[in-house]
Amino acid sequence: MAATNPDESKGEGVERRDFLTIATTAFAGVGIAGAAWPFIDQMNPSADVLALSSAEIDISGIPVGQEITATWRGKPIFIRHRTEEEIAKARADDNNPDLIDPETDAARVQRPEWLIVIGICTHLGCIPLRYQGDYGGWFCPCHGSHYDTAARIRKGPAPKNLYLPPYKFLSDTLIKIG
Amino acid sequence: MRKFFLTAALSLGVVTAAPAMASEGGHIKRLDWPQDGIFGTYDRASLQRGLQVYQQVCASCHGLKRVAFRTLTDLGFTMDQVKKIAAEYEFEDGPDEEGEMFTRPGAPYDYFPSPFPNEKAAAAANGGAVPPDLSLIVKARRGREDYVYSILTGYEEAPDGFTVPEGGHYNSAFPGNVIAMPPPLSEDAVEYADGTPATVEQMAKDVVNFLSWAAEPKMEERKRIGLRVVIFLVILIGLLYGIYRRVWARVDH
Amino acid sequence: MAFQTNSKIVKWIDRRLPIFSMMHHELYEYQVPKNLNWWYTFGSLAGIILMLQIITGVVLVMHYTPNTELAFDSVEKIMRDVNYGWLMRYMHANGASMFFIAVYIHIFRGLYYGSYKQPRELIWMIGLVILLLMMATAFMGYVLPWGQMSFWGATVITNLFSAFPVIGEALVTWLWGGFTVGNPTLNRFFSLHYLLPFVILGAVVVHLWALHTSGSNNPAGVEIKGKKDWIPFQPYYTAKDMLGFAVFALVFSIFIFYSPDFFGEPDNYIPANPLKTPPHIVPEWYFLPFYAILRAVPDKLGGVLLMFGAILVLFVIPWLDTSKVRSARFRPVYKWWFWVLVFDCLVLGYVGSQPPEGALILIGRLATAYYFLHFLVIMPLVGWFEKPLPVPASIHDAVLADKKAKESADA
Repeated sequence: MAATNPDESKGEGVERRDFLTIATTAFAGVGIAGAAWPFIDQMNPSADVLALSSAEIDISGIPVGQEITATWRGKPIFIRHRTEEEIAKARADDNNPDLIDPETDAARVQRPEWLIVIGICTHLGCIPLRYQGDYGGWFCPCHGSHYDTAARIRKGPAPKNLYLPPYKFLSDTLIKIG
Repeated sequence: MRKFFLTAALSLGVVTAAPAMASEGGHIKRLDWPQDGIFGTYDRASLQRGLQVYQQVCASCHGLKRVAFRTLTDLGFTMDQVKKIAAEYEFEDGPDEEGEMFTRPGAPYDYFPSPFPNEKAAAAANGGAVPPDLSLIVKARRGREDYVYSILTGYEEAPDGFTVPEGGHYNSAFPGNVIAMPPPLSEDAVEYADGTPATVEQMAKDVVNFLSWAAEPKMEERKRIGLRVVIFLVILIGLLYGIYRRVWARVDH
Repeated sequence: MAFQTNSKIVKWIDRRLPIFSMMHHELYEYQVPKNLNWWYTFGSLAGIILMLQIITGVVLVMHYTPNTELAFDSVEKIMRDVNYGWLMRYMHANGASMFFIAVYIHIFRGLYYGSYKQPRELIWMIGLVILLLMMATAFMGYVLPWGQMSFWGATVITNLFSAFPVIGEALVTWLWGGFTVGNPTLNRFFSLHYLLPFVILGAVVVHLWALHTSGSNNPAGVEIKGKKDWIPFQPYYTAKDMLGFAVFALVFSIFIFYSPDFFGEPDNYIPANPLKTPPHIVPEWYFLPFYAILRAVPDKLGGVLLMFGAILVLFVIPWLDTSKVRSARFRPVYKWWFWVLVFDCLVLGYVGSQPPEGALILIGRLATAYYFLHFLVIMPLVGWFEKPLPVPASIHDAVLADKKAKESADA
């Protein structure tokens, strides 16, 4: 090193510099962490996306035994007006030991005649086909998962029942999802 | 060093801002706005009155298409009040299950509707002059709030010898002094819910405050974060200066 | 002192990829003159700003849409809806101005201390290439928000190329991808605006490579001769540059948070309208001196050539400067001409910002004439006739002389 560089092992100087260096590094570290947040948060959903995070759906036009697909946050929502048989069939299987993801039908609906689920296969995100499969519910064409009339997984690679969106009945004919 | 930069930045600001103002044609009134300055914030009561002026006076010709109803909570409204305001408007939506378009009441995620379907229709309905969308008007004009206020309050009798062409109106603030917009504000054009007397000046101030917010809704957040950043940096500069002195004390320089 | 470590992992890596040795070499063995003043911090500052621009730029692209129908709206969405989007955009827009401020100061510093002179000609010329790339990048970036100034700025600048004889029209049509500035233009500008910063980054690496080959110039303009003349970069210049960055960050923050539209034009908050030109179009402030030179010539092609010539002439100044002495500090005559040049550039900038009327036309022409005279005539002549002051024998001597002068001034 150059001759102008003084001996760096002089006791006092090193100590004070170290304290100052540590304090400054810590302070600057806090600042950098704070400055990083906007760069991370900008990738989160923006205000206009969040504003669409609830949807109101009129269900008065869905006859018994029929189903519609609504969208919420860009995802398909299956709204099925179940028949008495479908409800009975779902309830009969409540304690079936074959259930992969055991859950009672009553725990999956707010009103028995309306089954409302997110229509995305819990395996790898395909959209199951309605009125198909071995259990009268849905069948996912991608890898062959079968769902029953409570949208519970019964056969195939999917690990979970179809998820339920948060929703509530604003009236007998109007539901709010989200 | 810091002082030098601050002074340089400020004097640069003064020097370049002054000729920029003077180069516009009309007479611009200078006012103090509540949102001016380092600590300036919007006056919520004025913003709410300004919204009323916009809705009842300006909206018949001018759009505000970049402002979503949901953002009106910034004005101090609750979400329920915002829903009511939005529901006063009707929007075409669809297509429904039968493929038909339908109308529905507005929701918080909707944006203020524009009065004309397109620019051609706006021109046709206004004798060829298109009323500009007001979402960014305060930022899009030199002089900002002062300019818009001066236009709104600048309608006067034309001086002797000045001929105002057909369809035009004399305005002391507008470049060239002839504006196509008829005087929009008149005494008691609106009735304020809070009982504030609706003079032309009062309404102009309120609507300009509102439009200033519409153009720069993040201004308060910006200044709030800015204050923290500036304080942080001043301390950091102090610490780094300490290190710098310490390190360089060892060099013969 | 070669790089030493006890860590086995570091040793393992370093034998295969000597990044630790290289870092050590640049930080501790590379010899930096010990008398660099504050003007020398603007180079590394410009590097930091380049990185900031790239980071904020990449973020903005996540939300921006390069389409004439959507570009303006997407920028406003960034300003209103994206989390901290306003901060990202204001950082990027003001960052461009900060970049030019830092680089212009860096260039004038090089001019004053003769940093372009032998053996640093290539450092200087690569720096000028960086400047040209920056100008192209800044111009295309300004088009992206698709406001009135974006559109008309793009129209005016691309039309410059129509001045070239024979191929002019075809060239401009090719640049536009149409018969006016339009969607194809916006898309190619977006593509290049994303590409060029990385080209700049590459040029910066070459700039530094050349710098670390010849070593830094310094205010005394004499080379490092002995151990007393230099210090390692770390900790001395890291401490100094860090302080410089922090001060810069404060100035930058004041613009971003308290006057974010200071460098902007109100007209760019009006969406582009191809049928209506704003009353006065001005380029961004960093182009104003060149804009003044362009307008100083009544001939279209002549103006364009002269404007490009204003930068090209800088490429040959290592050979136009005939002085034996590097630093203007020891050049009593040239020193004054340097400040005349600085003033001249400010005058050009002012003339460029004003409508070309009355006396300003003449002033613009005189200032343009001086700009070229300075480099083509004054630089070679002053170098010949000037009698320079005695140059210090070494950097260390220069430091001692400065100290003595300061002490006698204080006393």
